[in-house]
Amino acid sequence: MLMCREATKLMSLKQDKTLSLRERMALRVHLAMCQACRHCARQFDLLHQASRHHPNSLLNTRETLDE
Amino acid sequence: MPVSATLAAAHFTQLRPRLVAFARLQLRDATAAEDAVQETLLTAFEKNATFEGRSEFETWVFGILKYKILNQLRQQRRQGTWQPLEQDFDDDTLDRLFQQDGHWHSAALPSHWGEPEQVLENQRFWQVFDACLIALPESIARVFTLRELMGLSTTDICKEVGITETNCWVILHRARLRLRECLDNGWLS
Repeated sequence: MLMCREATKLMSLKQDKTLSLRERMALRVHLAMCQACRHCARQFDLLHQASRHHPNSLLNTRETLDE
Repeated sequence: MPVSATLAAAHFTQLRPRLVAFARLQLRDATAAEDAVQETLLTAFEKNATFEGRSEFETWVFGILKYKILNQLRQQRRQGTWQPLEQDFDDDTLDRLFQQDGHWHSAALPSHWGEPEQVLENQRFWQVFDACLIALPESIARVFTLRELMGLSTTDICKEVGITETNCWVILHRARLRLRECLDNGWLS
């Protein structure tokens, strides 16, 4: 069974590539049971979002600097 | 309203601090960052292109900077001024956060940060976010910023940095764990 350490590995991987069906299922089952990992998953999402909204991010310039 | 490159001189002055900050995060060297920004501004002036407004202009300039930064990184790599990633990479992130059996250490349990929209509007969050990025070990930070701030795919990062994609994923996993740990400690306390 998937433990927290491996679950965070999949959460991270999810930010960089599409997970396999098997990986997605394993992660979903784990997250359903583990609140700490649910927090962690949201934090990884937020890190991703924050990087894109970062004042110095390349990917941010178009959205926020329109006058 | 169209913006010509000449008219854009004023924009450059405003944009410059952000360009330098971005280059510094990526290159981690003040002189190299200044050089990259200098070259970016020269290139931008030479092209003398026109734009449909300021945001398009800024996107274009940041695009040039990205190219210059990648050039610098390649140069640093050729000159051997990089720590090979594999070597300084034997860190204790996982042992610090997880028990032998794979559960979180009780002291390292992630907490709830609140609604993403509110978090991103919080000035304090950004201060800590930047501080935490800077606190990451250089080789880990480099891969993370290439991925998340520059928006490169892990396939492209492999080519730039000269590591395998698997190694790249391992590094990004640690970078994210460290960043969220650092934010958990620094921002909420």
